[in-house]
Amino acid sequence: MVSNGSNRGEKVPSLKLTVIQYGILFMMLALAGGLWRLQVLGAQNYRALAEQNRIRKEPIMAPRGKLFDRENRLLVDNYPSVSCFLVREQSHNVEADLPLIARGLNLDLDQLRATIHHFRFSPGYQPIPIKEDISADEQAFIAAHRNELPELETIDEERRLYPRDGFAAHLIGYVGEVSEDDLNNPRFAYYEPGDVVGKAGVEETYDALLRGTDGSRDVIVDSHGREVGYFGTQHATPGQDLNLTIDLDIQRAAEEALGSAPGAVVVMDPRNGDILALVSHPAYDPNDFAVKINRADWSKLITDPLHPLMNKAIQDQLAPGSTFKIIMSAAGLEEGVAQNMHVMCNGGADFYGRFFKCDKHHGLLDIDEAIPMSCDTFFYTLAQRLGIDTIAKYAIEFGLSQKTGIDLPNEMSGIMPSTQWELKNFHQRYYPGNTISVGIGQGETQVTPIQLLRALSGLASDGHFVRPRLVDPDQQRPPLSSDFRQALLDSFPGSGNRYVPLKPDTWMTITNGMAAATTPGPFHTAAEAHLEGVDFAGKTGTAQVVGGGDTHTRGGSKTPNAWFVGMVPRRNPEMAVVVLQEHGDWGSGSAMIAQRIVIAYVNKQRRLEKNVLQQAGAAKPVEVGAVWSDPQPAGQDMVGTPTAAVHAGHFYVDPDSQTGPVAAAPEALASGAPSLLPAWLRESLLRFKEELPQEYGTREYGPRESVP
Amino acid sequence: MRRFLSFRDFDWGLLGLVLILSTVSVLEIHSTTAHTRFSSFESKQIMFIVAGMAGMFILAKIDYHRLLDWSPWAYVIFIVALIAVKLVGHKALGAKRWIAIGPIQFQPSEWVKLILILAVARYFANLGGRNLTWREIFKAFALVGVPMALVLVQPDLGTTLTYAPILVAGLFLGGISFRQAAILLICGTVLLAGVWSSGKVLKSYQKARLTSFINPDNDPRGSGYQIRQSLIAVGDGGIWGRGQSKGSQTQGYFLPIPYTDFIFAAFSEEHGFVGALLVLLLYFFILMRLIQNAQTASDLPGSLIIMGIVAVLTFQIAVNVGMVIGFMPVTGIPLPLMSYGGSSVLFAFLALGVAMNVRMRRFVN
Repeated sequence: MVSNGSNRGEKVPSLKLTVIQYGILFMMLALAGGLWRLQVLGAQNYRALAEQNRIRKEPIMAPRGKLFDRENRLLVDNYPSVSCFLVREQSHNVEADLPLIARGLNLDLDQLRATIHHFRFSPGYQPIPIKEDISADEQAFIAAHRNELPELETIDEERRLYPRDGFAAHLIGYVGEVSEDDLNNPRFAYYEPGDVVGKAGVEETYDALLRGTDGSRDVIVDSHGREVGYFGTQHATPGQDLNLTIDLDIQRAAEEALGSAPGAVVVMDPRNGDILALVSHPAYDPNDFAVKINRADWSKLITDPLHPLMNKAIQDQLAPGSTFKIIMSAAGLEEGVAQNMHVMCNGGADFYGRFFKCDKHHGLLDIDEAIPMSCDTFFYTLAQRLGIDTIAKYAIEFGLSQKTGIDLPNEMSGIMPSTQWELKNFHQRYYPGNTISVGIGQGETQVTPIQLLRALSGLASDGHFVRPRLVDPDQQRPPLSSDFRQALLDSFPGSGNRYVPLKPDTWMTITNGMAAATTPGPFHTAAEAHLEGVDFAGKTGTAQVVGGGDTHTRGGSKTPNAWFVGMVPRRNPEMAVVVLQEHGDWGSGSAMIAQRIVIAYVNKQRRLEKNVLQQAGAAKPVEVGAVWSDPQPAGQDMVGTPTAAVHAGHFYVDPDSQTGPVAAAPEALASGAPSLLPAWLRESLLRFKEELPQEYGTREYGPRESVP
Repeated sequence: MRRFLSFRDFDWGLLGLVLILSTVSVLEIHSTTAHTRFSSFESKQIMFIVAGMAGMFILAKIDYHRLLDWSPWAYVIFIVALIAVKLVGHKALGAKRWIAIGPIQFQPSEWVKLILILAVARYFANLGGRNLTWREIFKAFALVGVPMALVLVQPDLGTTLTYAPILVAGLFLGGISFRQAAILLICGTVLLAGVWSSGKVLKSYQKARLTSFINPDNDPRGSGYQIRQSLIAVGDGGIWGRGQSKGSQTQGYFLPIPYTDFIFAAFSEEHGFVGALLVLLLYFFILMRLIQNAQTASDLPGSLIIMGIVAVLTFQIAVNVGMVIGFMPVTGIPLPLMSYGGSSVLFAFLALGVAMNVRMRRFVN
């Protein structure tokens, strides 16, 4: 097209090119003129400027935002830390001082020599970092040897202080110096080398808010780079403090309940997605990263077969086992299949020419019994009736095989097999026999704990599925900007908040089924987890691992993974919990862990409800019982008449109002007594309110004795 | 008709000049980064240069007429990529200049420069060098204006500005009349004044950067800081310079980013007026050699391509060196062939590859 004949002969007029050449020559001359002006005419002046007055910008690190739990209890703090530097030009003979320095700072002498040697070509005024985060003793050593060791300098820094022993480590994450690879990553486009950034967990997700803006100090230095004064300061803007949705009490209960077993626990409020606790064991200690992790510790962390760095709550992808039967039930009921199904369980059944086993002989049952008894035969049959694609359709609706969109980095999405999936990944047709295993949550299905929690608690909430979150954008001071919220949604895509309409029948059946599972009854799988007086519902899962068969040695590599998903109350739950124990054997064991967490949760709720002091903020009248007798009315002659009888009754005290009780119970005040209590009683009642101990009215509920 | 192309026709002299400049660049990057955490940058720069030379030889082999025929497609693809940066590139919680395709992240705005040179050359070559109508002029404005607008909103003011000389060179050589040029100039001035005072297009930090060069002493701690340190560095060099790795402005970390945007200041401090003049002379020879190649090109599109490259290089040199010596505002435009950076080195060598391409086919008809 371009090389057609029309412009063959055309050329750029050489006059114009000559004009351009002269233009460039003129430009070059102008630049050379500028250089002449600076370097020849102004050389003296600028040399003097370079020698004397020099302002060097030195960064002032912004303190990183602190992390609090939902009740403003401190989770992550900063602490002042001192690092020691060595400035060679401040001493005559550094080499001779090294043994003393090594002893005083508890350093290895050879290593110290190597560090100094490494910097041998740097200018003498450049500080060489020799030890970070030095102890009080070492600080005292430096102070005491000011005169003998003038080359030692200290610098104050702020460091992160995390909870000890890996408490909540995976959800909090840790910080570290941005690496050179990171700087090439667009996420870190605005970061500079040496910046400390969040590398995992909330620290990473909310880094932009937590980090604040560094300030700078303009230091006047002499020609050798030594500081001689300050010019001015641009103060750093501290990072924003964040309130996590975590409840420290629940988190502690969950950490303790899971114990040392490898696995994960997540507790969520399914009404809004607030994560109340998130535990992954084994954990690591983020404080090890706060200074500089040594190589041995690091290689121990990454080679540990139990994967301590992995956040199992959002990254462990495993077969869901029998917990999947809830999703099966919902699919079956929505399709109108499961309602009328009656299946005879004789310890298994034949499908596609193969015998599929059930671990009990459940007899004839329908769906109301099949859920609490977790009968495999029933769900094999249901899976066969529905077919893999119908099952997959519902499972995907409920969020399987997609990330939930929780605000934590590197969430995994899991797998939900279907004919399409099989075709795409293995280029083959789906073998219908596999559907049977999928029906009981085995086969290729893989879920993460958080995914399973969102799915099952969403079903119990009548199809209202939520996006789990660790930070409530509205509960921050100030609330997060809409830009940041949008960026979060974009950065952590997932199934998110979603309403899937369910038939009322579906909702009732599966919630009742889960409630029955934790109630004593024949074959009920989580009967030991029963709590009298608490509407606790749930479903166990004992998911066999590949090649595992029927081995039941706890902790063995082929032992099934133990799941439990539970919620309180059974419908529209206020809290839902998922427990995963890797190779933990039976799901009923995980149910016991969930039970301990539920006890902690319920006790806390009751304590809050009954605690008048806590109630004082909410303008809800509090019921108070009281006994009193009438005093003699003043000015009236009552001699001879017996004092009035002792009264008893209930009062509703409005804790906010200064005027006392709003209403008195009628039976206490017969014969048209005034509706307001006498002043003396009002006073004593108010005092009563103040003296009320925190624990008033709490009944502790422990686990029941074992059920036969 | 098709003649065997030999690398004997390759412009070895031009390549020699470019390689001398690259060596100077590597040495200066070494000097400025030796004691910092970037001390591996000079070896990276060597890698970029080697990769750039490989790309240059490959581009030189493909007939530039074919490149011209491809350019509309490439243009469309990169416009889509720029829009994708705006939409998909959102992920970066702030900066939006990059998109990731597979494991490679790339910055389409640098590549657009090369494609624009080809597209503009193709556009004016098809018009055949006769007088332009207003309609044709506006089409040319649209051709360059769309990518400019897309890069400006990223926001990347520096790269946006480097697209402008392509259009100016194209219009000048493509046959704009004196009267048309005068009218455009007046309209442009009025429009710029309007944009400046409206405060909608340019962010305030961009404005501050653009004005502080006029009097850096007004604000020695704010946006004038970089200019001021740069002037001191250049002046400190004197006639003969402080010597390699001995500039106190450079080595004392006073000069901001001395390995990229302010590398010329660092070089001037350490090698003085003589060294700086030699580097300017090298640039001058390279540009003159390119213009000579444009004169001897076998057809109009060939000349237009080379002149597009000359326009971009001249503009970048003028703006960068001008910034260093206080003639121009701080815009973040790197010095071609001197500044550290993969995209910038790669662009320079690929552009030279296209220029070599035109030269090698100068006897084709």
